[in-house]
Amino acid sequence: MTAQTEAAQAPDLLYSEAEEDLRSAVRSLLADRADAPTVIAAVESDTPYDLRLWESLAAGIGAAGLLVPEKLGGQGATHREAAVVLEELGRSVVPAPYLTSAVVATEILLALAEDGGPAAALLGELAEGRRTAVLALPFASAPADAAASTTGTLERTVTGVADAAAADVLLVPTAEGLYAVEANGAGVAVRPLVPLDLTRPLATVTLTGATGTLLAEAGPAAEAVGRGLLAGAGLLASEQLGLAEWCLTETVRYTRERHQFNRPVGSFQSLKHRMAQLWLEVVSARAAARNAADALAAGSPDAPLAVAVAQAYCSEVAVHAAEECVQLHGGIGMTWEHPAHLYLKRAKADSIAYGTAGRHREAVAGLVELPAP
Amino acid sequence: MSTAIDAAQVRRLTQELLAAHPPATTDRTDFLKARFDAGLAWVHYPAGLGGLDAPRSLQSVVDAELAAAGAPDNDPRRIGIGLGMAAPTILGYGTEEQKQRFLRPLWVGEEVWCQLFSEPGAGSDLAALGTRAVRDEEGTARSSEAGSGGDWMVDGQKVWTSSAHVARWAILIARTDPDVPKHRGISYFICDMTDPGVEVRPLRQITGEAEFNEVFLTGVRIPDSRRLGPVGDGWKVAQTTLMNERVSIGGARVPREGGMIGTVAKTWREQPGLRTPDLHQRLLTLWVEAEVARLTGERLRQQLVAGQPGPEGSGMKLAFARLNQEISGLEVELLGDEGLLYSDWTMRRPELVDFTGRDAGYRYLRSKGNSIEGGTSEVLLNIVAERVLGLPAEPRNDKDVAWKDLAR
Repeated sequence: MTAQTEAAQAPDLLYSEAEEDLRSAVRSLLADRADAPTVIAAVESDTPYDLRLWESLAAGIGAAGLLVPEKLGGQGATHREAAVVLEELGRSVVPAPYLTSAVVATEILLALAEDGGPAAALLGELAEGRRTAVLALPFASAPADAAASTTGTLERTVTGVADAAAADVLLVPTAEGLYAVEANGAGVAVRPLVPLDLTRPLATVTLTGATGTLLAEAGPAAEAVGRGLLAGAGLLASEQLGLAEWCLTETVRYTRERHQFNRPVGSFQSLKHRMAQLWLEVVSARAAARNAADALAAGSPDAPLAVAVAQAYCSEVAVHAAEECVQLHGGIGMTWEHPAHLYLKRAKADSIAYGTAGRHREAVAGLVELPAP
Repeated sequence: MSTAIDAAQVRRLTQELLAAHPPATTDRTDFLKARFDAGLAWVHYPAGLGGLDAPRSLQSVVDAELAAAGAPDNDPRRIGIGLGMAAPTILGYGTEEQKQRFLRPLWVGEEVWCQLFSEPGAGSDLAALGTRAVRDEEGTARSSEAGSGGDWMVDGQKVWTSSAHVARWAILIARTDPDVPKHRGISYFICDMTDPGVEVRPLRQITGEAEFNEVFLTGVRIPDSRRLGPVGDGWKVAQTTLMNERVSIGGARVPREGGMIGTVAKTWREQPGLRTPDLHQRLLTLWVEAEVARLTGERLRQQLVAGQPGPEGSGMKLAFARLNQEISGLEVELLGDEGLLYSDWTMRRPELVDFTGRDAGYRYLRSKGNSIEGGTSEVLLNIVAERVLGLPAEPRNDKDVAWKDLAR
């Protein structure tokens, strides 16, 4: 029984020195180029994505190729390192197609690139940060939806595709298999939507008479899509962790400074307890997110459970942290000027992305044999 | 003797102990005494006091060798207060004579210890305690020990004392100066539980049993030679005791479904007739939370092993208490008709406590104590807020007032 078998090797839940170095590099890049006023200004402009920032992150630091072996053009690192990048992106909520392209699309291509071919070529381009790709499925798709994703033809409309506006290539699952479709090719329309989370633009993708390159037949395609969505869900937990951590840190800082009734509002016990509770949740989310990243990195048979547990837990922690951040900031937290709303919107959208907590709990039920009535 | 002790040396000493005192033919207590005298009781303690001045991590080498040889242990659960709280305090603050007198029988288990700290009027605010220790002038006249004052006469009431009815000794804090602010007028003593002025009454709790006791102290005479640390420094000495209490919580690796969640998951799997959609949702939520709490404990353990202890430990008891309560509550509900029953309300005095033992009703009721004992969840949240997050303390009006002038 899954529930009773201990993983042969204990997961490594800490950060290595190299991971901390990577974190510092990403954090200082984001501090330089994506502070809160910059992000707030960008999300309402026609160009929410900062292409120069992406170049520095993806190619300069090499973050886009972390999951890709060196022989395929990447950095030969693992999900553990990519998770650290996502923690930092979660702290900053800057629009960047990292989770969608450098994790989900990259993982899908990794699954199909073993024998070379077009998947390997595209993978190399993504790894070097020269191009980006996104999976043309609704952002809410959970790993369990992969099997049913390979239906229909290239004539289709898909709504709620995350980062489609930033993508050079769309990965489109059909009954025939997985196609790579050039986003600016003939017969492809990418219409931006008005998203709840302005920091991760969504679009409707309409394909009418478009052509693409077949990367895999339906069977392996569904499997690859499942792998991509699993990695996406698993590493989203690290983004949620970073987001929650920012919310807690800012709330603590603010409530120490803000005075009412002739004392810092952070000295009131009712507020202190709420922040202490949040701290406990963040500490727990870190363990869950590290466990998922480590299981994905190791290709552990426990990875589906580790991911489902991390998503079921971290989604709610991120939302709770962002909601507390708005509330404990009082009036300023309700303003457009203060960045708290960006985090609330990102957290709420993240709680739907790659499957809600409820869907991940359903996955847990199946994996540990706690069946529904 | 060489100063740098390594695993090989510890292993050799363990083998020598086993050769000289074969467990199969040696009396249990004799073996434990020999182990203590060989410095293999707690290797990080000083030589001559059951240790070797060795790194604490080498203890696992000794324990593994002894377990493999089928050697008896000192039943640490029975003498937990002695091992976890009294011993480190005696080591830290005791005189040479006190260390020599108390540590060996404590570790061997010949003498059980209990803790006389909490009082009816001093729970979370332990420093407000009112048990008085007053110098007895006649005792002073009788006392002939160099460097020590006269006997102390102790009067007061202590509560929530586990093992008091089997204990030979107690660690006790009492007020020696009511005229200074509360934290400064406390002294720390070793109390003889066989003194005629000590009365132990079982304290029956909501489970029906009496795990704890009330201890009434009436004219209890304590020689000054059984004081630990300077007069008036008892609060500082008690911090050593309480810090060690928190260290001893958590530690070992826990397997998945290792705690209370395992019991309810088993019931769910074995009794399909009990399942409802509502219970399923709640079970899954708690299962995930229990698994995350396990991983959080595992991460804390890895941090300690890597020599980078974090503040995460302060939060573990909070999570543990809440989860135990919610999971055991769900379990009673899941059991339905059976959840309406209780195994036995007979008043008993168990020597060992198992939070995951007995029936679901017992577990539900016992777990209510988890958010009260060893620091209430509310106090722990304050500690996290102030010491981990650096939030300002609440304004206080009890720090600069003499104890005798505080509201009671």
